[in-house]
Amino acid sequence: MSSLFSDYQIWTALWATVKLTLISAVGSLIVGTIVATLRLSPVGVLRFVGTSYVNIFRNTPLTLIILSCSFVLYIQLGISLADSADPKFADVNGFRLAAVGMTVYHATYVCEALRSGFNTIPIGQAEAARSIGLTFSQTMREIILPQAFRGAVVPLGNTLIALTKNTTVAVTISVYELSGVLKTVTERDPGLLNLAFMVVGAFFILLTLPMGVGLGWLGKRVAVKR
Amino acid sequence: MSASVLFDAPGPRAKRRYAILGAVGGLVFAAVMAVVIWKLADKDQFASTKWKPFAEWSTWKNYILPGLRGTLIAAVLAIVISLVLGAALAMLRLIEVPKRKGPAAVAVRALRWVVTAWVELTRALPVLLMMLFIFGWLSAHGQGSGSGPLIATVAGLVFYNSSVICEVIRSGVDQLPSGQREAGSSIGLSAGQTVRIILLPQAITAMLPSLISQVIVVLKDTALGYNVLYGELLYKSKPATSLNGNIFAMLIVLAVIYIVINYAISKLATWVERRLQARGRKVAPAGAAGDPGGPGNAPGVVAGGGI
Repeated sequence: MSSLFSDYQIWTALWATVKLTLISAVGSLIVGTIVATLRLSPVGVLRFVGTSYVNIFRNTPLTLIILSCSFVLYIQLGISLADSADPKFADVNGFRLAAVGMTVYHATYVCEALRSGFNTIPIGQAEAARSIGLTFSQTMREIILPQAFRGAVVPLGNTLIALTKNTTVAVTISVYELSGVLKTVTERDPGLLNLAFMVVGAFFILLTLPMGVGLGWLGKRVAVKR
Repeated sequence: MSASVLFDAPGPRAKRRYAILGAVGGLVFAAVMAVVIWKLADKDQFASTKWKPFAEWSTWKNYILPGLRGTLIAAVLAIVISLVLGAALAMLRLIEVPKRKGPAAVAVRALRWVVTAWVELTRALPVLLMMLFIFGWLSAHGQGSGSGPLIATVAGLVFYNSSVICEVIRSGVDQLPSGQREAGSSIGLSAGQTVRIILLPQAITAMLPSLISQVIVVLKDTALGYNVLYGELLYKSKPATSLNGNIFAMLIVLAVIYIVINYAISKLATWVERRLQARGRKVAPAGAAGDPGGPGNAPGVVAGGGI
């Protein structure tokens, strides 16, 4: 056990997974909100842009997107996201490129989660608001947005859990996170494989289980009763 | 249409405002695209040497088509096995615990507990982690080459997706009227027969759109096989770019292949959904491309469905 933790830097890997999850979650929440705004706008051109974004990136495997970030953005186009004088340049750059790929991919799911929040609102809510004379911004602020956000909690929670699990794909461009441990153990010391799998798997369950329970509780609590 | 919840039918002033917004938005979008294209052209990504290989049959014959074959083989195997296994798991989770106390009730309860634990565990673990573990185990036992990568890829996909499918079917059964199960037992069918003959067929029909959407998830996840050296689309096609340095062009071509296939499947799911609804059936929405709120999750339950 101790050799697994000391030789394979499991804590570093766990921290990388957590960091990648947090950064990509915030990033995809921002990008996803922008895309959802485009998709829900009354302007045809903007809707088209938003819909195209979702259809393109949601139907592409995450592995391909993350590979593109490394091979196209960095190697072909020379866009690096870290200071090249940094001795850890390769690690930092790879990590940030992976975060970009994760953000681009999961933004489509955030967009769809937000949209499904709006879709749960019966049209009568908006009609009632208009008929009692509320203005557009009042309707939004008092009637539509609160219900939409409450309806989006559960799908957003699902997206967050899936995102946490998908951080493993970053190993494709050699980011050393939890699945990197498993890959390295396979190459160097297959005798430790079972133990490594159990430890790494347990970390993922420890990460996602509280999220599932917490967000499920929150989702039920804020659900709009209809 | 959600837009109608958000916006009134536009009057003349709103129409003018939308037109202006559309023009500005279109311009911004065009500008962004122009910068991207200019940047790519600046790095010579549109040079004919980089795109010419795709006009030659040998690129397709030696790299892309064998890769596509690998992707489709893994996807079909994973889907078929997951469906069978998922239905079996769902049946085990759905058998009612006998009312009478005794060894039978204890056995059914224990079996359900084991199946539930298995389903929750395999759904909580990342697919790639299971693939890497199986592949590592196979290579430690001298199976790292040959069929090892295929087995690792398919097994990883099956472990995860059979559990997701089990949950999809189970939530389909939950939505059936309870009279169905009662009617089954009242005509003298056993618990297992009721599940198999009465409940499963109706649940699978109702959940057909979600199940079709799960196919997209599987197809996309075959790309994870890249990490266990399985000869799928990415793994097989990448070597073709070493000569011309045209990985950008290659990845675009591969992305188009994935998008076309997956978009077609998502359209099929929507079509099936509409047909079933037209027949007056209660249908669970397709949730295209693995909608996180869609397949695998009973409403209100956060479990991280297939993305």
